[in-house]
Amino acid sequence: MALPPPRGPVTEALIAQLTGPEHAPMGELDQAASDALAASEDLLVDDDLQLALFLMYELHYGGLEGVPDTWEWEPRLLAVRATIEHEFEDALRQAIPQPVATRDVPEALFALVGAGDDGPSLSVFVEREATAGQVREVLACRTIYTLKEADPHSWAIPRLHARAKSALVEIQADEYGGGRPERLHATIFADALRGAGLDDRYGAYADHVPATVYTSMNLMSHFGLHRRLRGAIVGHLAAYEMTSSLPCRAYANGLRRLGFGDDVTDYFDEHVEADAVHEQLAARDLAGALAEDEPEVASDILFGAAACLEIDGRLWGGLYEQFERGESALRKPLP
Amino acid sequence: MSAGASARPVSIRACPDGPLLVRGDLALFDEDGEPVQPNRSTFALCRCGASAIRPFCDGSHKLVGFRTTPPPGTPAVTFDEP
Repeated sequence: MALPPPRGPVTEALIAQLTGPEHAPMGELDQAASDALAASEDLLVDDDLQLALFLMYELHYGGLEGVPDTWEWEPRLLAVRATIEHEFEDALRQAIPQPVATRDVPEALFALVGAGDDGPSLSVFVEREATAGQVREVLACRTIYTLKEADPHSWAIPRLHARAKSALVEIQADEYGGGRPERLHATIFADALRGAGLDDRYGAYADHVPATVYTSMNLMSHFGLHRRLRGAIVGHLAAYEMTSSLPCRAYANGLRRLGFGDDVTDYFDEHVEADAVHEQLAARDLAGALAEDEPEVASDILFGAAACLEIDGRLWGGLYEQFERGESALRKPLP
Repeated sequence: MSAGASARPVSIRACPDGPLLVRGDLALFDEDGEPVQPNRSTFALCRCGASAIRPFCDGSHKLVGFRTTPPPGTPAVTFDEP
């Protein structure tokens, strides 16, 4: 993706570092990150630090235009990332109560997602009253994750074994189109973007979306890239899949209400059916099996699920509240 | 598909409070006898009757409170405060 403009001193120093001479000293970035972490009132909504973390993680996905690929494993950059990640995980553990399963993990997961269903719902708003402009803003906010849908959870594949690995691969194979490239979920979403008159290049709206979009993406990358947190990325996937079918149906209905075509609704219609299957596979065959086979990660499975519900709830609930107040959800208007 | 050596064995699993999860090679027909093509190799059949995309599940069982077992007397999850 193209590098977006900085959002503060950390992203400014980071972008200068990544685009400057390869062996330049990193003191400025180091200092900017430490200062920003000390000064940040809430890391979970911090534009500068969340964008910085996102850009560092992006080196492990599609890379950054104009930035040499060798930065991915540059130890000094990884050290800066680790400093931010440490505080990020602390902030998450502070903000999110640790769920405890009283009987088994799948049952606890179903109870967790059931309890989270009573908040303000962006999907119902889209179904009933959103304008086409508001829907485009929602789609723009989804681009950061959905144009690489499933990728952060795939990091877990080599870290799981036996039943859990088999279940994860079964889900991911479906996410990646089951052998049909045109049915890759990220590709169907790109079709939807173009159908809605939006840009489908990765990062096209990187400067538009609020910090919470990056917090949501960083949550997945952090869980996915650390083997230690394999339970959390599995729990995240389970919660994600378990809260997808019904909202996707509402999104598809809303898009039809507004007169968008099949090319736009296809992505959401596909997910109604797909995620009703994935929900069962993720809760039982993936999370349930992992909790049985590796009981020491069971609490992280539930933490990852709770973190998904909380962080994504804040993101999409935040958009809903802004729309209710008649505000835009973006930092600047769509072109 | 004819039942050859390459056909995957069929299994149907009842998910607690949820759909029937179907794996394997089988033929599916609607009320008029027309073949129904699932879009994926493992699919979920509605068991609560509330799905808008029958015969497939769309997650509606959660909305209608469909239960296959009596509700447990104690919560499935508790919380440690941070």
